[in-house]
Amino acid sequence: MTKTTSWASRQLPLLVTAAIFAALFATAAHFYEGFFSARVFISLLSENAFLGIAAVGMTLVIFSGGIDLSVGAVIGFTSIFTATLVERHHVAPPLAWALGLAAGAGLGAGMGALIHFFRLPPFLITLAGMFLARGAGFWISTDSIGIGHELYGRISGYEWVFGPVAVPASALFLLAAMLAGYGVAHHTRFGRNLLAIGGNEQSALLMGLPIGPAKVGVYTVNGLCAALAGIVATFYTGSGNPSMGIGLELDAIAIVVMGGTLLSGGRGHMLGTLLGLLIFGTIQAAILFDGRLSSWWMRIVVGALLLLFILLQRYFLRRK
Amino acid sequence: MKAKSPIFWPLTGLLALVLLNAVHDPGFLKVTLLDGHLYGVPVDILTQGSRTMLVALGMTLVIATGGVDLSVGSVVAIAGAVCAVLLQGGHNLAVTLAAAVGAGLVAGTANGLLVARLGVQPIVATLILMVAGRGVAQLIVDGQVIIITHPTFDFLANGFLLGLPFAPLLVAALYLAAHLGLRRTALGLFIEAVGDNETASRFAGLAAARIKLVAYLFCGACAGLAGVLAAANIRAADAYRAGENMELDAIFAVVVGGTALTGGRFVILGTAIGALLIQTLTTTMYNLGVPPAIAPVPKALLIIGVSLLQSDKVGRWLGGLFGKKAAA
Amino acid sequence: MPELLELRGIGKTFPGVTALAGVDFTVRAGEIHALLGENGAGKSTLIKVLTGVHPADAGEIRLAGQVIRPGAPKEAERLGISTVYQEVNLVPSLSVAENITLGRQPGRLGCLNWRAIRRRAVAALARLEVECDVDAELGSLSVALQQMVAIARALDTSARLLVLDEPTASLDEKEVAELFGIMRKLRAEGLGIVFVTHFLDQVYAVSDRLTVLRNGQLVGEYATADLSRLALVGKMLGREVSAADFTSHAAPPRAAASPVLAARGLSRRGAIAPVDLSLSAGEVVGLGGLLGSGRTETARLLFGIDAADGGQISLKGAPVRIDSPRDAVQLGLAFCSEDRKAEGILPNLSVRENLILALQGKRGLRRALSRSEQEQLCSHYIAALRIKTPGAETPIRNLSGGNQQKVLLARWLATQPAVIILDEPTRGIDIGAKQEIEQLIAKLRDDGLAVLFISSEIDEVVRNCSRVLVLRERRLTGEVAGAGLNSESLMHLMAGTHEG
Repeated sequence: MTKTTSWASRQLPLLVTAAIFAALFATAAHFYEGFFSARVFISLLSENAFLGIAAVGMTLVIFSGGIDLSVGAVIGFTSIFTATLVERHHVAPPLAWALGLAAGAGLGAGMGALIHFFRLPPFLITLAGMFLARGAGFWISTDSIGIGHELYGRISGYEWVFGPVAVPASALFLLAAMLAGYGVAHHTRFGRNLLAIGGNEQSALLMGLPIGPAKVGVYTVNGLCAALAGIVATFYTGSGNPSMGIGLELDAIAIVVMGGTLLSGGRGHMLGTLLGLLIFGTIQAAILFDGRLSSWWMRIVVGALLLLFILLQRYFLRRK
Repeated sequence: MKAKSPIFWPLTGLLALVLLNAVHDPGFLKVTLLDGHLYGVPVDILTQGSRTMLVALGMTLVIATGGVDLSVGSVVAIAGAVCAVLLQGGHNLAVTLAAAVGAGLVAGTANGLLVARLGVQPIVATLILMVAGRGVAQLIVDGQVIIITHPTFDFLANGFLLGLPFAPLLVAALYLAAHLGLRRTALGLFIEAVGDNETASRFAGLAAARIKLVAYLFCGACAGLAGVLAAANIRAADAYRAGENMELDAIFAVVVGGTALTGGRFVILGTAIGALLIQTLTTTMYNLGVPPAIAPVPKALLIIGVSLLQSDKVGRWLGGLFGKKAAA
Repeated sequence: MPELLELRGIGKTFPGVTALAGVDFTVRAGEIHALLGENGAGKSTLIKVLTGVHPADAGEIRLAGQVIRPGAPKEAERLGISTVYQEVNLVPSLSVAENITLGRQPGRLGCLNWRAIRRRAVAALARLEVECDVDAELGSLSVALQQMVAIARALDTSARLLVLDEPTASLDEKEVAELFGIMRKLRAEGLGIVFVTHFLDQVYAVSDRLTVLRNGQLVGEYATADLSRLALVGKMLGREVSAADFTSHAAPPRAAASPVLAARGLSRRGAIAPVDLSLSAGEVVGLGGLLGSGRTETARLLFGIDAADGGQISLKGAPVRIDSPRDAVQLGLAFCSEDRKAEGILPNLSVRENLILALQGKRGLRRALSRSEQEQLCSHYIAALRIKTPGAETPIRNLSGGNQQKVLLARWLATQPAVIILDEPTRGIDIGAKQEIEQLIAKLRDDGLAVLFISSEIDEVVRNCSRVLVLRERRLTGEVAGAGLNSESLMHLMAGTHEG
């Protein structure tokens, strides 16, 4: 009894997201002169690079059935931390970055340990983590610090020229992070274990999967991603700012959900997160292009899309 | 750890904090009567904390049903925006207040329907309004910070009644009304039952979905009214900053006050104390000269500490330390 | 040559209860061995000891002659003992291939080899002669197929002993036959299979030997061909067929009064085939049958917990719709569930709050019972049912199981129902309390209630009921009343044999 299911029917949520992105982009291209260009498309990636990088880590956490509200704060902390080290203490940038990544990973590991060993609710613990990181960032400095180091200038100015198109460094970082995230999520035991834990933790336990290392590990990796996002953000803005990333965790969650990943865990695709980012970027770019729409429409549209996707997810689950 | 009254720990914490402050600054507890109005740091704490107390009141019922409402901060912003626009348009206060609280009820209905009728996880369901709500608030005021000059409106947050600040009196009255409503009717029992064991409640004949909906409605209404007070407090509608972090403070107040995040038994008096504790913490930080941006750090440590204390594992460790027998 | 698996003198106690004592259990290579027992017999505890979920407190386990002490499921798996649980413990959102290989996927340097994963899954399924798309999402397959996948996973680890815990509970006849085909094939390959089930027909269809447990102790090990069905039922229930006759303590069946509650053709796919039953005021009707025969399922349909696929319920002659427990309660029904932990008690609330809950729910939100009314009700029932509690404000989770059950009973009695369904009301209750409850049931009957009494203890059913409907493997198999109502006749119906 062989009932072959096609790749399409299995990846329906992904296809729906792709379709919605295509529809949105086409609509914007129709209304706005100059929207339909490679430059605009690439800007979708480069303008939101640090959001996308944070979303990669967030995707993995959500796969496992958890959530991390501290990513925005970690971005802010890492940005001011590395900027201070480089500008005020004349630390070599690569060392500063290593320290920043270590700090992010350390916070993640700490939260993951509390969540796993004491069975504390992820959203509450990562909320506390958010407060800690944000407070630590402001403690380092309440104002932003401009970075004049020439390495930063070189990196942020770098572009990879590909025919008629130039891809900025931030977009390259994003694509690299997405690729790495895809590799982890779909081609490592760690990634598949995350989905198993999110899908049915009891089963995962009985199947003998290493739940503790996986859970603590995913929050650590997410902390690493958030810290990386913070560093990329400093390339992009040329300064360290403790206020960076306020509210970003919500956008990251929204992007992951729009990509078809179930917020309760167990189901999703890293490619979906990329598509979710593109949708987010398209809306933002469209609002910019329009000039008439105010920035707050962004919040409303993202919220409405979230509602749509959540209802769609419920509908598809009921069908099963 | 549960043999004492449920408000023992939050009350102890609050008193300890107050004592700490009094030792550091003898003028902390000083309350003076000036022009027939009461002034002083404790009065400030009560007044500033009254909004958190109000939002936390609604949040208590939602958490008691086993859920959570992340959208309250955005609802506060929306309600403030509604007030500003209506008052500016010349409508009378009664209509304005009704509309603001009404906006909260609409939010509560939306959340309640998603959670209770469609079975969406509370975090997910209320996240939608948390994201979109602030945008809605900004849309209502068209991105402007609208100044509100309306003496009666101002009185709600800044006025005094019989020498005492009005806002805390109002919130205290609401707490009393809520207490009576919850305990004189069967609603309090039903909410606790649904939160404690939803299946058993359903089997016992309770309309669990309806009860959850009521909790979210009430939470939305509380947030709406808190939005009115917030706008009245600063005499403006700031759709960008109003209600910022209020959901977090409210959840903290509820948890610190002794209501478990998993639902069931709730203690609204504990919530009030928890809210005052958080407000006192904020004031303490301010008095100690801690920059306001860093003030959330002790809040974070507090919540981790309380979560650990409430967690089963630590409860068993501590029980073992003190030689207590595990509960049956 | 040593047997494949030998358990000797296994004992296991949990706080307050002895789950197993001195149990021996032997499985040979190349045999299908059934493990049987009613509720509380210790089957699941024995399986958990075997598969490493709980360590045994006494006794030893030998696998092919070697003493083993599996401390975790993964360890047992490594040793060659694989288990497939009743609830297919896989991840429904992942693919078949992934589920089969999860945790041991082929790959190098941490990078998974998807082609190898698929090949391995196809091979594992092929061994069972099952074909299906290994890329399909597990949750989209039928339960039967999911179970095949679970078995394929269990075998993928070079298992020598396969434990199947209630594998046929959700399968239809055709699927059961397919499963048996696979089991026979594996047996021929030399595997030892432990088949935990309560379906007697299936035991006789496929097992070579069987072991019966009762109350945590070994009743005996038999060759299936040597034990008659009736004798088997007798062993499971702990009574001999030739027991002394039992006089019924129940009142004689009343002249056919018009029924208070009647159900015609009530059915639900996968739960119970169409059933007719009726209850009259002042009578206690029993619903008998072995574990898994569909008794609780029937009760759930009557009370509106599950939706019926077909049939009609009428109350006092008028057809009614019962879509939820709330509807049922409003119509005057009451249901005391058998799973008090999950479906009965509100653990952190007080005895008082638990007791008045259903009554308050019936009265609605506004007509709240005053505190004194609540306390009056509590003291009445605490005395009437002799509930042992430090007070009415004690959290109910501090009470013993039996006393919790009494509070739940009081909860329903307080609503003054016309019909009350009692599902295993005396489970986990000491003898003294049991007698009290039986006297209470008689009193309820005399007061004019219609009582549906569900129990797996034959004696109890015979003693208390004037009429008994027997279910067997999800269908109504017969009804006994009057002089013919005794343990023997009931056992025959339960076993599916005829007297004589």
